Amino acid sequence: MDFAIDYILIPFIKIFIVFNVVAGVVALLTLAERKVAAWIQVRLGPMRVGPYGILQPLADGIKLMLKEDIVPAGADKWIFTLAPVISLVPAFIVFAVIPFGPADAFTIMGHKVGYVITDLNIGVLYVLSISSVSILGIILGGWASNSKYPLLGALRSAAQMVSYEVALGFSIIGVLILAGSLSLVKIVEAQKAAGYWYVFLQPLGFILFFACGIAETNRAPFDLPEAESELVAGFHTEYSGFRFSIYFIAEYASMIVVSCMAVTLFWGGWLRPFPNVHILDFLDAIPLAPLFWFAAKVVVFIYAYLWFRWTWPRYRYDQLMKVGWQWLLPLAMANVIVTAVLVLLLKG
Amino acid sequence: MLELILFYTFGAIAVISGILVITRHNVVHSAAFLGATLFAVAGIFLTLHAEFVAGVQVIVYVGGILVLFVFVIMLIAVERSVHERQYNKQWTIALITSAILIVEIAYGLYRGRDSLVLPAVVPPAAAAAGGNSEQVGTALYTSYLLPFEIASILLLVAIVGAVVLSKKRTPAEE
Repeated sequence: MDFAIDYILIPFIKIFIVFNVVAGVVALLTLAERKVAAWIQVRLGPMRVGPYGILQPLADGIKLMLKEDIVPAGADKWIFTLAPVISLVPAFIVFAVIPFGPADAFTIMGHKVGYVITDLNIGVLYVLSISSVSILGIILGGWASNSKYPLLGALRSAAQMVSYEVALGFSIIGVLILAGSLSLVKIVEAQKAAGYWYVFLQPLGFILFFACGIAETNRAPFDLPEAESELVAGFHTEYSGFRFSIYFIAEYASMIVVSCMAVTLFWGGWLRPFPNVHILDFLDAIPLAPLFWFAAKVVVFIYAYLWFRWTWPRYRYDQLMKVGWQWLLPLAMANVIVTAVLVLLLKG
Repeated sequence: MLELILFYTFGAIAVISGILVITRHNVVHSAAFLGATLFAVAGIFLTLHAEFVAGVQVIVYVGGILVLFVFVIMLIAVERSVHERQYNKQWTIALITSAILIVEIAYGLYRGRDSLVLPAVVPPAAAAAGGNSEQVGTALYTSYLLPFEIASILLLVAIVGAVVLSKKRTPAEE
């Protein structure tokens, strides 16, 4: 009985909550994107559906579901159907290891419940490996459309994501050296024990991580796979209706994943600001304080994502490769070596 | 019991999609089934409490090698391979030789059946003491340091070779 509650019932409830919250945030993000774009361009954005256009995502969703589902002639039907799903699933199952708060926050009727679905001892590796799968969705979708713009977008996407994945992996290693663990919960606990967020020790690592994260999610200024001014819409040109929206849900969900990872690895996860100053302990007294701090930090990064998109021009393809291989990767490697040497010197 | 069920499930997925990889006419379908096989192998690693190896399996094979496969496949004309005959005329000889090979392997296994005892799976409690990633790291950088370094040099040589081969030559060099 205890086994069923601990390993089936509680995780199931948590998965249900996380899935719905993430889906809801994704819906709000589509509105936020249009609102932020409008404000940056001194417009109002969607205003008609509901007060200040707050119900716009609902209207968009209904519209997309009612649209005709077009599969182009000559498209590979199986792969065409499968590709958006391959993109979507990894973006959502990554949330299984993201710690939104302490792993054993409270006890309900003798059962320990935490703010994380499961604390894997290979958490960081799990996130990296699962999110590397979502590239396949984009490549296969672009190929299966049997059309030239999607194919070009897919080829660009494959080259871009493989290139930036390497630098992304290296940028995290500095944090792993400091924390001594791959578990995301343990990394935040290490920051709590140290008394500072790792961004103050790894500023370069953080900048590299966020830059590569933006490239991995195909967002501006790295949105070459869907560059609308040259490739119509890139890999999803031939997708319409709900299949198209699946790609978009996947993109927004991966934006949330990258923001959550940045917060967890570098910005202290659920910890409040200045975790070592005890005068500020009253900040933890708010109900659901860990969730509040985590969400507040994630919102900052998501806003940064939207802000970048509407203020930076897109990289040219050769510039993209140059930035990735000649700047980000060597800097990330140097960061690893310097961190390792300093940790050895200071600890030994 | 649960582990046994999981092992046979993942094993069946791996074998069936492995067969489909080599029998599909369309190369992209083969690649999709290859992905399924690689995931099933990662699942088998998980049932053996080798979490680190499972993660690396997915990140290297699915996220790296399979993506490169698909990348290359997209650059070649897939339509032609779909219409080509998949098996050539020597299939009778191939069938006989592979049948002989199966009999040989089966006989070899039968002769050595007494020594065929798989080591017991490390219980999760013992693995959790040091953590799977830590154990792999310690083993790589102590007992297997030399093979590890040799493998990295081999990869470096391969990279340099690829760069040299694909580099554009100036007229003076030719």
